[in-house]
Amino acid sequence: MTAIITTATDAGASVAREQLGAQHPRHGRRRRPSAWHLVLAPIALLFVLPFAQMFLASVSPAKELIAFPPPFFPSRLDFSGYATLFAETDVLRWLANTVIVSASAIVSHLVLCSLAGYGFARLRFRGRTVGIFLIIATIMIPTQLLMIPTYILFARLGLIDALGAAIVPWLASAFGIFLMRQFFLSIPAEVEEAGRIDGANRWQVFFHLVLPLAKPALATLAIFTLLSSWNDLVWPLIAINNDDAFTLQLGLANFHSTRRTQWELLMAGNVVATLPLILFFLFAQKQFVATMTLSGLKG
Amino acid sequence: MVRERAERDTAGGTLPPARRRSRIAALRDDLGGWLFVAPATLLVLGLSVFPAVWAFLLSLQDWDGFSPPEFVGGGNYAELVSDADFYAAAQHTGLYTVLFVPMSVLAGLFLAVALNRKIRFIGLYRTAIFVPFVASAAATGILSTYLFSPQFGLANNVLRTVGLPTQGWLEDEGQAMLVIALMSLWGQAAFTTVLYLAALQDVPQELLEAARLDGANRWQSFWSVSWPQLAPVTVFTAIWQTIGSIQLFDLVYTTTRGGPLDATKTIVYYLWEKAFRSLEFGYGSAVAYVLFGFTLLVTIGVVIYSRRKGMEAF
Repeated sequence: MTAIITTATDAGASVAREQLGAQHPRHGRRRRPSAWHLVLAPIALLFVLPFAQMFLASVSPAKELIAFPPPFFPSRLDFSGYATLFAETDVLRWLANTVIVSASAIVSHLVLCSLAGYGFARLRFRGRTVGIFLIIATIMIPTQLLMIPTYILFARLGLIDALGAAIVPWLASAFGIFLMRQFFLSIPAEVEEAGRIDGANRWQVFFHLVLPLAKPALATLAIFTLLSSWNDLVWPLIAINNDDAFTLQLGLANFHSTRRTQWELLMAGNVVATLPLILFFLFAQKQFVATMTLSGLKG
Repeated sequence: MVRERAERDTAGGTLPPARRRSRIAALRDDLGGWLFVAPATLLVLGLSVFPAVWAFLLSLQDWDGFSPPEFVGGGNYAELVSDADFYAAAQHTGLYTVLFVPMSVLAGLFLAVALNRKIRFIGLYRTAIFVPFVASAAATGILSTYLFSPQFGLANNVLRTVGLPTQGWLEDEGQAMLVIALMSLWGQAAFTTVLYLAALQDVPQELLEAARLDGANRWQSFWSVSWPQLAPVTVFTAIWQTIGSIQLFDLVYTTTRGGPLDATKTIVYYLWEKAFRSLEFGYGSAVAYVLFGFTLLVTIGVVIYSRRKGMEAF
């Protein structure tokens, strides 16, 4: 298990590195354009197509989306989908809820998982081996197995239907701890020894010497947590029935039954939920690619 | 550090105060260590090991969450064995797995080979193929419903334009699962592609060069040199995509809700319905444990098989 995850993380990182180089191919001499363009261009278009449809439909007049056949490009820009979305639904509140969930998840992951990852990688204490073994073993447990008891537990704690229910499961994860542990194992011990000799205690060593080195791993962990918490559907679906505590994903999924035919509104909602991640992806593509393999691992 | 502590212990062996000091030092180490790891560890184990054990106890009971639970032993599991709906759900899940896993492994391999070259616009192509990875199940669900809508969808529009008969897609029992698999592929192709790309970049250039000198064309050198090197990734992606497929829920919930005529009702969808619609917590937990057991079997089976074959994926 350990080996798989390490392999996957390394894979992501190496593709991410490679990608930067690939974006700026050197043109030593003029060559015939590769025949691969004929393969890649249509495929790339096909992959972009659903998003293109989403953006175009979100600014189309409602009538054109249910015309027969509907035009792919709208005849004019019409923002009434967004207008109705913001006026008639609680989408802004859901957006705020999602931002709160994801922000707490990221901050908490960065703090708790790096502390634990460092502890398991570098500190010696009784129970360490059992602790990390149990944590790695839990990665194998499918979330479906945990849904029912976790729901009952949260109901008893009075967390159900409150935003807290969506937040608590995201505060830390076995993957986060494991990822950070693997990273801290890879930094040379001399860094900490130097600090110890200078009389720093283990907290000072961690915060001032080790953590600044961990920026790439922290970036991966942050993106991993952002992607999974922002897009999570199953858990909010189970734990939250109250409109006020809906996340964006839950609100969108609920439109399925309440706004079925209002395509311009559905697509506008889709844009609100997806655009932040698309922009993030475009700005931090290298880190995203390094994270992708991990998110896939989450299952 | 352990040895250090032992040395301290023996060094101060005859001197009680020193020994006490070393014991205190050991306690301080324990306390210091646990201060670092305790918050995350308690959260993770508290929300996984504890519920996993609880789920097993639940699976031995009949309980709706309100009335007092009734202990039924293996009753839920016995019921499951003869539950036709469960078998139907397992069949639908199997169909999705058979459609999705080969597609996603082959697509990953093909896309990685296509993208593994330094040509103009390659960054653009990669971005286009990778960006759907950020789309959520809810967003993908809405997009699928529109793209494959029999009346307004782009899919049928294309068919109409080229003069082929239009299809029912998500509203057709025979096609709904295929559409779900295609849209999963759209969102997840990046995962297998990135893994294969990394593996391709690790194939030793000297080997490819040697094959070329021996007169192999690119097709031959790919299959005889690169492909064997990719075996661990193939095993890994196949197993991982299989586990993911067995757990399909989100995209079904956001597109067909199990329909039409239950054709897309998967095991996890069935589990969710039993537990959170009919409030059969015990029965739902039994379904979850069977699913878990099956996942473990698949994993162990593939690992043993690939070890025998000498593919070092794990």
